[in-house]
Amino acid sequence: MSATIEIRSAPHVKGGYSVEKIMRHVVYSLLPVCAFFVFQYGISALASMVVITATCLLTERFFVRTGTQSGSISDFSATITGLLLALSVPPGFPLWMGVVTGFIAIALGKALFGGIGFNVFNPALVGRAFAQAAFPTAIASYTASFLPGRFTEFIPSSLAWPLMIPPETAEWLKLKQLDALAGATPLGQWKFEGIVASAVDLMTSLGGHMAVGPSPLLIIACGAYLASRRFMDWRIPAAVISSAGLVASVLYAYNPSHFPNPLFTLFSGGLMLGAIYMATDMVTSPVTSRGVWIYGGLIGLLTVVIRYFSGLPEGVMYAILFANAAMPLIERISQPAVFGAVATKKARRSAAFSLETPASTLRESKDVVIPIKVVSNNQPPKS
Amino acid sequence: MSLLSYFSGEAFERGVHPASCKFTAGQSIKRMPFARRLVVPLLQHIGKPARSIVRPGQEVVRGELIAEADGWMSVPHHAPATGVVEAIELRPTARGPWAQAIVIRVHEAATQEVLWSQPRDMSALAPAEIIKAVQETGMVGLGGAAFPSHIKMAVPEGASVHTLVVNGCECEPYLTCDHRMMVEHARDLMEGIRHVMRATGVARTVIGVEDNKMDAVLALRAAVPAGAPIFVQDVPTKYPQGAEKMLIMALFGVEVPAGKLPLSMGLVVLNVGTLAFLGRLLPEGKGLTERVVTVTGPGVARPGDYRMPLGTPLSFVLDYAGAPAESRQVILGGPMMGQAIASLETPVTKGVSGILVLRKEEMTARAAEKLYPCIKCGECVQACPMGLNPSTLGMLAAKREYSVMGENYHLGDCFECGCCTYVCPSNIPLVQQFRVAKQILREKAAA
Repeated sequence: MSATIEIRSAPHVKGGYSVEKIMRHVVYSLLPVCAFFVFQYGISALASMVVITATCLLTERFFVRTGTQSGSISDFSATITGLLLALSVPPGFPLWMGVVTGFIAIALGKALFGGIGFNVFNPALVGRAFAQAAFPTAIASYTASFLPGRFTEFIPSSLAWPLMIPPETAEWLKLKQLDALAGATPLGQWKFEGIVASAVDLMTSLGGHMAVGPSPLLIIACGAYLASRRFMDWRIPAAVISSAGLVASVLYAYNPSHFPNPLFTLFSGGLMLGAIYMATDMVTSPVTSRGVWIYGGLIGLLTVVIRYFSGLPEGVMYAILFANAAMPLIERISQPAVFGAVATKKARRSAAFSLETPASTLRESKDVVIPIKVVSNNQPPKS
Repeated sequence: MSLLSYFSGEAFERGVHPASCKFTAGQSIKRMPFARRLVVPLLQHIGKPARSIVRPGQEVVRGELIAEADGWMSVPHHAPATGVVEAIELRPTARGPWAQAIVIRVHEAATQEVLWSQPRDMSALAPAEIIKAVQETGMVGLGGAAFPSHIKMAVPEGASVHTLVVNGCECEPYLTCDHRMMVEHARDLMEGIRHVMRATGVARTVIGVEDNKMDAVLALRAAVPAGAPIFVQDVPTKYPQGAEKMLIMALFGVEVPAGKLPLSMGLVVLNVGTLAFLGRLLPEGKGLTERVVTVTGPGVARPGDYRMPLGTPLSFVLDYAGAPAESRQVILGGPMMGQAIASLETPVTKGVSGILVLRKEEMTARAAEKLYPCIKCGECVQACPMGLNPSTLGMLAAKREYSVMGENYHLGDCFECGCCTYVCPSNIPLVQQFRVAKQILREKAAA
């Protein structure tokens, strides 16, 4: 017999998922969100997105080539990092800062740990945290959305020379006949001026010239697609949103004049983007079933606490980074219950038969009537 | 993770849904002719090998005892064909190492009629005698485990059993031999159940069948004798329902405690094929000389369920079923837990439920799968029917922390169903790592 026989270990069939396929679909689902961001802010947003993503991909390629980290750019994970990073910084973020931030995100957030699968923190958030520390003014200077001429003109700060302080956008906004408020995010307006934007406007991002990111409703829709195809764990955003909503509601009920209403908290800032796209990063979230609920709940709680009680207007980023750091601990306390570990577990009610056979019927003649819960009369089901 | 399965109560938690691929479900069982030589390994079961009682050159009749059981933890073997014992020598086995086997050269004109039997009146036998008779048939679990059936039926002192659970799930994709047995041999199955109920003293029988085999459910219900406490229950199709602990969960809604046998809950679990053959063999006083095997897969031209003599070499089976002799992968059992074999001279033994042949195309597709580091997606945790954490176990295996795996992460509860590897998007061979780890721990414990 000249035939070649191959030996492989079981199982010999595979489910249809691969790392590359999951990541590719995350990118697909991000495309509408990115398109909306460009629609809001024009070519500045587009340039920022292209530059940051390209930097992330080049950095990943470099570290893969030098053998520092695993994976390859074909697995799309660096693309996701780049797009998320671009969505979480202002559209007018100077491009040179974008390059630095993108490099740091991959180099410090991912390559240093060994690449895909080994990073402790979400790389996009590592990059953003770096930017928050290094470029505090630039990362806080949002501009108004839906400006006339946004598709032909860059926001002036975008094109700042490398290592130069970007020009003030306030002057430029004045020329557009918009008041200075338009440059502050709804969260900033609430924190420093006590103005609470309407939840409906926040949900759609379409009300006037608000300085906000893409519509939370759009993000939810794209996340729902991912969850329905099992490319994302729906329990994490569910936990984040319900925990943040719960804490915000309790505080609002306690003191409605001091705290904003819970809907404002849920739909302002980066909470939806963070809950749906950043907290769900598979590598940095727990694998255990109870763990994901604890992890999501922690993020929601920390977000509200940081927003309400610290000097910062936004807390999603630090909340997720803290929860990432706590992930190994969460996994340790939430290991799944092994089948049969609890000896005296009550029988499920849906069961067709009961184990409780009266002792008197044991080992007796077979015409004893055995009590069963659901009487199976051995009739074919009516189809 | 999917919302639907989370809220709709399913038979047992987690598990996977591989494509069923049961192409041969509609065909009736066919008989396979004798190969020129049949190879009967002395160890075809879990336990001690049988002792050969024939000499080279001796003539044997189909059905004649050729190897006797070596104690309680062993079963005898019977000549699968009329012929001459050619040799008793080392032969390749499915697991790899060569082992002692009786080689029989089949007479040219041998018939498949079993010529050796000792008919007996079953109703005159006491329970202990029935169990003895079961051992004499050489019966082992035909579902694939090949555990001697008489040991399962013997209830130890102090324990009491009340229900016989008959496993007709056949959850492995591709395999249909149990399905066909249920459809075509429902009466034999009822006969077998009757004898085993007497032998074990149970008061009722529950037959669990996955609901992708409703024709089998109907056939069985029609065959249940009037008034007999035998219940046929369809359970939602899901892999690995055929694992006895999963089936018990599906039927009774209780978890068998970790490290315990179903016996501890008063249950005896046997496979449908085993009982159907017993129903025929016990009254006739014959030994197990043949079994039904599903020969299937994309690499087979004439797939089907074949009633084949034990000891038939795979090369003969593949020629008969029309598998082209190009490069291919031959798997004994189903695609989820089956064993890829190294030699086509491996014989069909009592525990072989299927022969699955994959073509070059499927093999290259598997070889092209890229291995990624674990991205901690948690799919394996949501697939593991035993509630283990394969993700963490896999990372520990990569670090060779085998004792931690055993002590802190319940490695011993893994029954190697392969769900974790099936779902893994990083293509990590998790279950293979666990097999190796368990083997190493076993060797450590023995040392």
